[in-house]
Formats: sequence, C-alpha cells, structure tokens
Amino acid sequence: MVEIITFTRTEEQAMLAATVRELLESTADMDSVREASLSNTAIDRAVWNGLAQMGVLGLHIPEEYGGAGYSFVETAIVFEELGRRLVPVPLLSSVIAAAAVLAAGTESQRAEYLPAIASGERIASLAIFEDPHDLLEIRTEAARDGDGWRISGVKRYVTDAPHAEVFVISAATDDGVGLFVVDSDTQGVTVAASPSLDATRPLGEVVLDSVFVHADAYLGGEPNSGAVRKALDVGVVALAQEQAAGAQRCLEISVEYAKNRFQFGRAIGSFQAIKHMCADMLVAVEHAKSAALHAARALDDADESKIAVPLAKSVCSDAFVKASGDTIQILGGIGFTWEHDAHLYLKRAKSTSLLLGSVDSYRDRLADAIGI
Amino acid sequence: MTSLDDQAADVNDAIDTLLSQFPPSRTDAKAFWGAQFDAGLAWVDFPKGDGGLGVSPSHRELVSRRLAEAGAETWNTTANILGIGMGAGVLVTHGTQDQRKRWLRPMFTMDEIWCQMFSEPGAGSDIASLATRAVRDGDEWVVNGQKTWTTLAHLSKWGMVVTRTDPDQPKHRGMTYFIVDMEAEGVDIRPLYQITGEAEFNDVFFDDVHIPDDQRIDDVGAGWRVVMTTLMNERVAIGGRTFPRSDGAVGVAMDVWNESGSGDVATRRELARLWGEVEAFRLTTLRAAENMQAGVPGPEGSTAKLAWADLNKEVTSFTVSMLGFDGATIPEGYSLDPTTYDTREVERVMSPQRAFLRARANSIEGGTSEIMRNILGERVLGLPGEPRVDKDLPWKDVPRG
Repeated sequence: MVEIITFTRTEEQAMLAATVRELLESTADMDSVREASLSNTAIDRAVWNGLAQMGVLGLHIPEEYGGAGYSFVETAIVFEELGRRLVPVPLLSSVIAAAAVLAAGTESQRAEYLPAIASGERIASLAIFEDPHDLLEIRTEAARDGDGWRISGVKRYVTDAPHAEVFVISAATDDGVGLFVVDSDTQGVTVAASPSLDATRPLGEVVLDSVFVHADAYLGGEPNSGAVRKALDVGVVALAQEQAAGAQRCLEISVEYAKNRFQFGRAIGSFQAIKHMCADMLVAVEHAKSAALHAARALDDADESKIAVPLAKSVCSDAFVKASGDTIQILGGIGFTWEHDAHLYLKRAKSTSLLLGSVDSYRDRLADAIGI
Repeated sequence: MTSLDDQAADVNDAIDTLLSQFPPSRTDAKAFWGAQFDAGLAWVDFPKGDGGLGVSPSHRELVSRRLAEAGAETWNTTANILGIGMGAGVLVTHGTQDQRKRWLRPMFTMDEIWCQMFSEPGAGSDIASLATRAVRDGDEWVVNGQKTWTTLAHLSKWGMVVTRTDPDQPKHRGMTYFIVDMEAEGVDIRPLYQITGEAEFNDVFFDDVHIPDDQRIDDVGAGWRVVMTTLMNERVAIGGRTFPRSDGAVGVAMDVWNESGSGDVATRRELARLWGEVEAFRLTTLRAAENMQAGVPGPEGSTAKLAWADLNKEVTSFTVSMLGFDGATIPEGYSLDPTTYDTREVERVMSPQRAFLRARANSIEGGTSEIMRNILGERVLGLPGEPRVDKDLPWKDVPRG
C-alpha cells in the first residue's frame, strides 16, 4: 500500500493560498453570498474574473492544454479558500468537466475544449445524473445520425446548469455509455434552474430534445466509464476541501460567539455543555482536514486514491454536517435566522454530502478498497 | 544554535558510531541501552551527560526510527514508560545535577522501574485537591496517605509522588514533589483489580514513610509546577505517537468481519465508516508529527488523546457486536491476576471482548475525556474557564469527598 505522508505546504503553495484569500477578502463578502442565495442563478462575476486573471482556474490542467500543470494540491488550496466563504463561483463544475474531457477525450478534443475551461472563458459542467439514487442509471440515448449523433434525454442535478455554456453529458449508445460535449446554445437544449437547498450552488435540469452533435463531440469516440469515475473522484476531492474548510469556519463562528455571548452572567463558552461541543467540533475539523489533504495528494496515485477518495467523502461529509448543525445550536435563536450566516453553511454541508453520490455509496467503495 | 540539518547530521553520526560499536544483534539489551544513554541517544534533546546531545526534540523520531530499522531493542520505552516517558522529563526540567546523575541511566537501562503517584481516592480529575501529607522532620520528610491507580507500582524501584506540605495555602500552592523509594519501610502496595480481572494498577499506602530531603524535586511548595511538567510530557508522548494503517482495534474488527462470513450491507458500511474515522485520526497523528518536526505545531497535536479514546471505545464495542452470540462470552474468562512484567513486555493478544472492556478506561485514564474537552476548549480554542469556587480558599477549608 502506498503511503503518502506529507502535509506541509511549500512556500509557493502558502503564497497561492494567501493570494486567493486576499482576492476573496477584497471582492467577496457574505452579503453578496446571501444575495446570491436568494436568486439561485447568481454567480459572483467579480471573483470569477479575478480568479481567471490569477490563472487559478486551470491549475490542475496540463500546460499543453492551457493550464498550469500542477498537482491537485494547488487546486485543493483554491477550493479550501472558496469553501470557507461559500463563494458562488462555478469552479467545481468546471474542474469536474475538465477532468472528464482530460480522461476521455482524444488529443485534439482536449486541445479544443480545455483551454477555454482553463482560462474561464467558458463555464463547463458535467451533466450525467438522472436518477436521485442511482448515479449510473442512464436513460438518455445517443443514436448515430449521418456524420454525428442525435441525443435525447433529461439530465438532472447539474451543478451550475443555469450559467454553464458547455455540458459534458453521458448518453447510452449501442456500445455502452459515452460522454459528449454539448454547447448550451445548441438547438434542442433547454436549461431550467431547480431551486437548490444550497442556493449558493445552483442546480438545474438540462433537457436534450433530439439534439444533433458532430462526431467529434463524442469524447474518445467510445464508451469510457473510467473517465466518469475519475471525474467524479476529482469532484469529491475538491468538495472535501470545501467541507473541511467550511467545518473549520463553523468552528470559528461558534467559538467567537461562545466567547462573546453572555447568559447567567457568564460567557456561554465557559459552560461545559457549549465548550465540549466546540472541543468535539475541533476534533472533527482536524480529522476532516487530514482526510481532505491526503485525498488531494493521493488523487493522482491509482492505488492510494481508491482509499483516499471515499475516505474523504465519508469523513468530511459527516464532519461538516455535524459542525454546521452544532453551530446553529450553539448560536441559539440567532443561528436560525436568515440574517446570520450559519444556515448557509448547514445548507452547503447537507447538499455537499449528497452531491456526486451518497456517503453510503462511498463507504461501500471504501469497504471494497480495504478488503472487507 | 546549529541548524536542524546540522543537528540531524550529528545525530546520524552518533547513531552510526553506536550501531558499529554495539551491533544490536550481538549486544545484550541492557548493555545496548547503557551504550545508547552514554552516546546521548536516550533522549536526544536532553543535555550531554544526561542521555542527550542537546539538540531539538524533533530528532527523537529520527533516533527511534533508525534504531528500530537496525533491529535494536526499544521496548524499554514502553516497559518503563512512566520513567522514560515522563519521569525523565521531570528530572531534566526540575532535578538537580546529582538527581539526574543518580536516576536517569538506570531508568533507561531498565535496572530501575518507575511509577507515578498523583491520583488519590479523593483526588481524581481534581488532582490539585490531593491530601497525602508530607511533614518535614530534619533532613527528612514523613509521608502519610493513599495513592491509587498506580500503574507498575508493584514492579517499581522509584515513584514520583506529589504531597500536601502546607494545608493553609490554596490547593495549587502548598504541594511538594518527591521521588520515593518504593521498597522503603511503610510503603504498602496492593493490587487494584479492574474490569478485566487483572491488576495493571495498584493502591499505594504510605504509613510514616521517610523520604530524604535530597529526593525532593524543585522547591518546597512548587509541586504543582512539577505536576504540570509531568502531565505535559505525558500528553506530548501520546500526541507524538503514530501507528500503521489498520493497526490495533480496527484491524481486529476487520478480521472479525472477514471471518464472520456475514454479507450484511449495513454492518459492512458501518465498519467502513469506522475504519475511515480511525484512518482520519491516524492521518492527523502523522500531520501532527510532521508539523511538530517542522517546528509549527498546531491544534492537530492536541486532539489525539480525546479522539483515540472515543474511537477505540466505539470500534471495540462494534467488534463485539459483530461476534453475535459469541460476543456474550469471554474466551479468557476472569481471574484476579496482577499484570506481570512479561505481559507488558510483549504485546498481549486480547480477545475482542477483553479489548472492549479494557477500552472503557481510555476515556478515564491520563485525564478523562471531559477534562480533555475542557483543555481543548480553553487552551486551544481560547474559551473561558468555569468559575472556580475553591480557587483562593485554603486547601483545608475546601469541601472534599
């Protein structure tokens, strides 16, 4: 079993974190997050453009396709900073879609699609889910039509669907399930927003009604289930960083409040009932950080990622859901209000634990990987 | 101060010399430990002459890794853990030169086993309320009282004991710390049988036990300061520990599942969840060790004791549940036996049932989980402490029991 034991950031990585944090501190605030959370279609363009200018949207995309060619650890740092503040930008969608193109596309397809994703010029999203429980239940069909394919079906739970300009969709061909690149303005494509529990992460439905695409839109020109798995793994690891950072932020909010809220003549953090909740949160947060960081480092290691990815999903999902729920409890009445940030974290936590497959499904994968 | 890299080079040189002059395969364990002490590789961060080389404590890891790789015996550090893991740090921080000369080497070579006596029947989590009295008598002190939960007392030559020397002071003042000869007259050691039937611990009674004043550690009345050093060393020792994947209780759980032939999806999922929690804990200990070595310790170094206690209890309980009806039996049965030195030396194979019972102590021994949560809340997160009713009262006026 491969052991990857190094968690320390290089100087360059620390600088990346500081730069991203600076950008977010100067351009994104919780008021705009809350505003975005009412509209369900909002995207923080100022932050998105800022990230694009910094060149961090394609950190994990190879240099020959317009990216920076880094390991996933650098991208993980960006997700950590975004996750702390729940910034509504479509980076998750974009990173997952890029991973799918990278894993399934031919040389020329990668060269065609990836540079626009890496630069932020086009927002991309992976549209593969249809059934609320079964990831791989696919009724969308693609049939040969002249020198292309004709695709019909409905894709649901598509992240950032309302503003994605290009979708990577899955469809069943006679040979198996393949991935196709479909522009959102293609004739026959209709996109509808679905109100999302975590409105800072828009979800939507993509209806494909007899949509025609050219043969070169078929990634790799053949079915590739491994590419879907790889893209989902990339997404899970990105989300794990958000989860760990979101849980850390919840801990900070809780501790800050517990120090300053006085009842019965004492700061409520001096009561063990509150203090102990905070201590337990600290343990969960530290474990989540370790699991998330390890997954980012192990992502490109074929063996270790089989353990590290489902491990991150399992540990970080529970940690964030618990931390955000306990934060509301520690805050009391104010935690239940719309005006406080706490609900935004709870919504992000719950919805994230459900995205890209259930926690249980990842525990089953973990069980396979460890040989039980 | 030389750089960490230069220090590592010096440490490596010292290890090379030790291993070539005393090849572990041809050297008796005690002789090797003596040579290791003389080479400054017992506690590498201690001063020269006290079993160290005066380098950064981050090099301890390097020493233990290289000696283990070379096949050297290292079980002294577990068999005499209260001395080597805690007492040594106390001696080097608070002891006189004579005291360090007299005690450190035979401690490391296992010629003298050590135990530690803080807890009393009336002083558990609130150690500072302890009542064992020491009264000065010329060049000696006369001790009366009872200590409890004393691991290894029945095998020990020396004991670290903290006593009440001034009952008129508030509880944190008025304590004094001694090293007591466990074979001295008036020391009565009785096994304290525990939930599993064995006795890892003892009750220790002091009946007019005389301790020479040159066995006092630090000043009269400075006992609490020394206690704090002892406990800090204990927590560092626990926090700095790392272990292999699927080790210990969770490995046993995996074996039990695989041998059960069960195909129950929910049980397998729950086991995977627990495995994941243990692995995240393990990764955290690695991260803590790495940050400690890099000189940037963070909160990840403080959570291990609490996290492990909770997890070990949960995993061992789940394992017994997986046994079904067999979980209602205990293969070893119960018999009342003091734990012997030999069983501490080699890792004993416990049944899952026995491991489940032993795990109950994890959240009590070495600081209860409630106390650990207070420490995390107050020292790591900066939350305010509980108001204390006994803080400024003379010890003799504080209700106890």
